[in-house]
Amino acid sequence: MSQESGIASVPKREVPIWVQILIWLGLLGLLALLAAGLMKAGHPIMSVGSQVPDFTLTLFNGYEFNGAAQLKRSDLIGKVIVVNFWASWCQPCADEAPDVEAAWKGYENTGKVIFLGVDYVDTEPEALAYLTRFYISYPNGPDLGMKVSGIFNRNLGVPETYIIDQLGLLHFIQIGPFQSVAEIQAILDPMIAGK
Amino acid sequence: MLAQFGFGVFVLTFLLSLFSLIAAGLGYFYGSDRWVDAARRSMLLTFPIITLGTLSLIILLVTGHYELEYVYSVTSNDMPLYLKIIALWGGQAGSLVLWSWLMSAFASAVTLRNWERDRELLPWVIVVISFTQSFFLALTIFFENPFNRWWQTSGGDFVLRMFAPGGAVAVFPPDGQGLNPVLRNPGMILHPPMLYLGYVAFVIPFAFAIAALVTGRSDDRWIRLTRRWTLVAWLFLSLGLVLGMWWSYHVLGWGGFWNWDPIEVAPLMPWLTGTAFLHSVMIQEKKGMFKQWNMLLIILTYSLVIFGTFLARTGVLSSIHAFSQSSIGPVFFVFIGLTLIISIALLTYRWNDLKAEVEMSSWLSREALFLLNNLLFMSVLIVCFWGVIFPLISELVTGQKITVGPPWYQRTNGPLFGALMALMGIAPLSAWGRSTFTTLGRLLWKPSIPTVLALAAMVAFGVRNWIALVGFTLVAFVIFVTMFEICHEVRSRKKGRGENLFLAFWRLLGSNRRRYGGYIIHISMVVMAVGILGVELYQTTTQKTLATGDDLQISGYTLRYDSLTHIPNADGSSLTSAVVSVFRGGRLLGELHPQFATYPSGETATVVGIYSTLADDVYVVLIDWENASPAQAPFKVIHNPLINWLWIGSLMFIIGILIAAGPEPEKEDLRSMR
Amino acid sequence: MLVKKRFDILIFIAFIFLAFLPIPAISVSAQQPTPSPSDDEVNAIASQLFCPVCQNTPLDVCPTQACRQWRDLIREMLAEGKTSAEIKQYFVTYYGASVLSEPPLSGINWLIYIVPPVTFLTGAFLLFMAFRTWKKPASRPASVPNPLNSHGVESGPGAQAEDPYISLLEDELKKRK
Repeated sequence: MSQESGIASVPKREVPIWVQILIWLGLLGLLALLAAGLMKAGHPIMSVGSQVPDFTLTLFNGYEFNGAAQLKRSDLIGKVIVVNFWASWCQPCADEAPDVEAAWKGYENTGKVIFLGVDYVDTEPEALAYLTRFYISYPNGPDLGMKVSGIFNRNLGVPETYIIDQLGLLHFIQIGPFQSVAEIQAILDPMIAGK
Repeated sequence: MLAQFGFGVFVLTFLLSLFSLIAAGLGYFYGSDRWVDAARRSMLLTFPIITLGTLSLIILLVTGHYELEYVYSVTSNDMPLYLKIIALWGGQAGSLVLWSWLMSAFASAVTLRNWERDRELLPWVIVVISFTQSFFLALTIFFENPFNRWWQTSGGDFVLRMFAPGGAVAVFPPDGQGLNPVLRNPGMILHPPMLYLGYVAFVIPFAFAIAALVTGRSDDRWIRLTRRWTLVAWLFLSLGLVLGMWWSYHVLGWGGFWNWDPIEVAPLMPWLTGTAFLHSVMIQEKKGMFKQWNMLLIILTYSLVIFGTFLARTGVLSSIHAFSQSSIGPVFFVFIGLTLIISIALLTYRWNDLKAEVEMSSWLSREALFLLNNLLFMSVLIVCFWGVIFPLISELVTGQKITVGPPWYQRTNGPLFGALMALMGIAPLSAWGRSTFTTLGRLLWKPSIPTVLALAAMVAFGVRNWIALVGFTLVAFVIFVTMFEICHEVRSRKKGRGENLFLAFWRLLGSNRRRYGGYIIHISMVVMAVGILGVELYQTTTQKTLATGDDLQISGYTLRYDSLTHIPNADGSSLTSAVVSVFRGGRLLGELHPQFATYPSGETATVVGIYSTLADDVYVVLIDWENASPAQAPFKVIHNPLINWLWIGSLMFIIGILIAAGPEPEKEDLRSMR
Repeated sequence: MLVKKRFDILIFIAFIFLAFLPIPAISVSAQQPTPSPSDDEVNAIASQLFCPVCQNTPLDVCPTQACRQWRDLIREMLAEGKTSAEIKQYFVTYYGASVLSEPPLSGINWLIYIVPPVTFLTGAFLLFMAFRTWKKPASRPASVPNPLNSHGVESGPGAQAEDPYISLLEDELKKRK
C-alpha cells in the first residue's frame, strides 16, 4: 500500500475485474429471469396456430380408447382433437356437458374427430360420478400433475376447450361453456369438410 | 367532470415532475442555481396539486360513481363511508395513486429543509426523486388509470377509456362490485399506507446516496442527513409488517400470522437490509469505515423495495396477496432494470473514492460484531430471496411448479435468527475499537447467572423441546444483559449526580436516545420472539362438529357450542353467527362469537372469536355456514400459547424506534449554530 | 302328511328365523358405524399439503369447495387405511409437486437446499479473510500524521464524529473542496 506524505492516502484498488463480471452476470441473469417470468405471466394461453406439444393423457377406468389406457396426442395425428377441460365442482361444465356429449355422438362414427375430456384438479370418485351423470362416452382422464392444462393455459379455468387440427396445430380456443351443439358443429364441420 | 379534472391534475403533476427532473439535471450540468431552484419549487408544487387529484378520486369513490371502472371494482352501495374512503388503496390503480401521493409528500418535505450546506447534493437528490415520482405517475396515467370509465360502443361492446370513443355512450352501473371481503376491516386503514410509507421513505436516503456517488463525495454527510429519514422509513416498514401479521391473525382466520408467502417475504427483504444498514452506518459514523458497503446496502434496500413492488403488482409470482393481472409489467421491468444497472455502475465507478483504511484491532470489537450482524442479516436475506425466486427458476427450467413453504424457511432461517438473538445480547456490551474475551466476559458473567437459572427452571418444569430451550434461553440472555447494563448505567449516574433512580433513568434516556432506543428495540425483538416461539412450537388445534350443548377440550380449556343465528339478506349476502362459551377448570371465562359472512358476489369472510390472555389465545373459527345449523356446527379451535407477547413486543418496538429517532440534545444545539 | 306339513312349517319358520338373524347384526352396525377419521386426523395430513389451485394456501385452511372435496378425499383414504405417505404421494401424482410444502429432492431442486448454507459459509469465510487482512497488531506504526487528526488511528472524517466542532469544520472544508 503506497503512502504519500501529508494526508495519508488510501490505497487505490479497482474492484477486481472478475468480481465486476460476476456481479454484472448475476444482475443480467436476474433481469433475464424476471423478463422470462413476465412474459410467461403475460401470455398464459397458447396462441392459435402454434404447434401443440405432445402430451399424454392417462384415462379413467371405463373411458379407454380402443383399449388403450393412455393416449398420446402424437398417436392422434390426422384427426381433429377436441380437448375439453372440466371439473365435477364446476357448474358451467355441467351446463355444457350434455351438448358436448351430443356433439361427440355426431362425430364418433366419422373417425375424423376425437373428443378428449380432461378432468382438472378434481377427485376421482366425484369425477366418475359426473361422467356417469351425463352419460359421457368419449375418452376421459385426470390432468395428472396439471401437466396437460399447463400446456394450454397456465391460468386455466373450467370449462375451456381447445381444438387441435389434423396437423397438430391449435385451431380454436373456447373459454367458458359452449351454448349449444350447433356452436360446436359450426367449428368442427369446416375442419373436416372434404377430408 | 370530476373524473376529467382528477385525470388532468395527475397529468399536470406528471409534467411538473418531469420538469423537476430536467431542470435539476440542467442545473447541475450548467452549474446554474436558478435551474436547480426552479426544479426545487416545481417538486414542492407537486404535493398540493396531487393532493387535489387524490381528493377527487376519493370523492368519486365516496359518491358511488360506478361508471368509473376503479370505483366499480372496489366500492359498492352497501359499504360504510370509512371503507369507501380507504377503498382508495383497495386495488392496483388506486394504491398506485396512494404511492404517488405519499412520494410527493416526502419529496416536498425534503425540499423544505435547509439546503444551504448541501447545495452540491441538491440537484441529484431532485433528479432521483423526480425520476421515481414520474415513473409512478406515468404508471397511473398510461397504464392503470383510475379515472377510466365504461362506455358502450355502437357495436354493443363495453370498452374502458378515459375519453369517449366515437359514437359511444356512457354507461352508469347502479352498483359496484365492492371491496374484497377480507379487506373490509379497520386494519385495512393502516396496513397498506404504513407499508407504502416505509417503501416511499427509503427513496430519500437512496437519492442522497446516489447524489453523493455522482458528485464524488466520499464523506458521510449523506448518511448524517438521512439518518432520521432512514429510521422513519424503517419504522413504517416495521409497522407495515407487524400490522400485516396482526391482520393475518385476527382477520384472515387461519390461526397464524405469517405464512412465508412470497408477497409477505417481499417487504421483509428491504427490512432486513434496512436493519443491516442502520447498524452498519454506525460504524461509518464512528470510524469512517465501510463506506462502499453502506452504499451497497442502501442501494440494495431501495432495489428490494422496487423489486417487492414489482413482484406484487405484475403477476410474475402467484400469491393470494398479489394484485390482479396488469399491464404495468414491462414498463416496471424497465424501471427496475435501469435502477439496478445505474446504481451498480455508479458504485463501481466511485468504488476507489470510497475506500478508507480499515483497521480492526479486535474480533470482538463493536465494528466486528456489527459486521457479523450484517453477515447474518444478509444471509437471511439470501434465504428469503432464494425462496422467492427459486419457484420461478424451477418453473422456467423444468416446467414443474413447486412450493417453497414454511418448513423450509423456518429450518433455514431458524439458526440465523438464533445467532442474531445471541448477538443482540453481546454486541451492545462490546466497545468500539477494542474488546476481548476478558472485557466482555467481565460484563457478561453477571447476567449469565439468571440466564442459566432460567434455563434450569425450564428444564425442571419439563420443557424438553430443544428449540424452545435454546430460544427462550437466548431471550432471557438478551433481556438480562440489557437490564443489567441499563441498571449499571442508571446506578453510575445516580451515584455521580445524586439523582434518584427514576430521574436518572429518564435523563439517561433523554441524553442517549440512540443507545437506549436500541436497548428497548432489542428487548422488544426478543419479546416478539417469545410469542413466535410459543406459537411455532406449542400450538395445538382441533376441529370438530359440535351439537348444541356439546363441548370440546383443548389444552385445558373447554368450549361449548351454545347457539347459532343465521341472517340472510335480500341481496344474497348472509351472516351466520355462533355463540361459544369458554371454560377453564369449570369456570366460565367468556363468550365468543365466531361468524361467517357471505357477500352478494359469492365471496366469503370469517370473523374469528378470540379469548386472549397474557398466557395464550383461544381462537375459534366457524368453518362453514352451509353445514351449520342451530343443531350442530363445525368449529376449528386453535390454542396459541404466548401469542400476545408478539403484539406487546411490537408496541415496545415502536416506542423504542420513536425514542431512538428523537433528537440528541447536545448535537441539536450545535446544528443550530450554523 | 301332518308330520311332513309340520316339518315344512318348521323349516319355513327356521328359514324365516335365519333370515332375521342378520338383522341384529345390521342394527348393531347401524348403531356403531365404523368410526370415520376425525377432522383432526384429516387436518394433520391436510396441513402438510398445499391447495393445488389456490396460491400458497395450506389444504387444512383453504375454504373453497374444491378444498373441502380434497379433505373429504383424505378422509376416505384414511378410512381405507392408507398411510400419510401414501396419501401425499397420491396428491403429488395427481396434482404435481406444488402440493408439497417443500420441493422434492429431484432434479434442480437440490439447489434450494444447498444455496443458503453455501452462501452463508462463503460469506463467513470472506469475512474471516477480511478480518485477517484488517487486523493489525496493536503496535502498528501510526499512519502518516494528519493535521486534523489527533487520534492517529483513522484518517477518515468519521473518526472526528465524537468531536462535533471538528466535524463541522470538516464539513465546511469538504464543501469548498
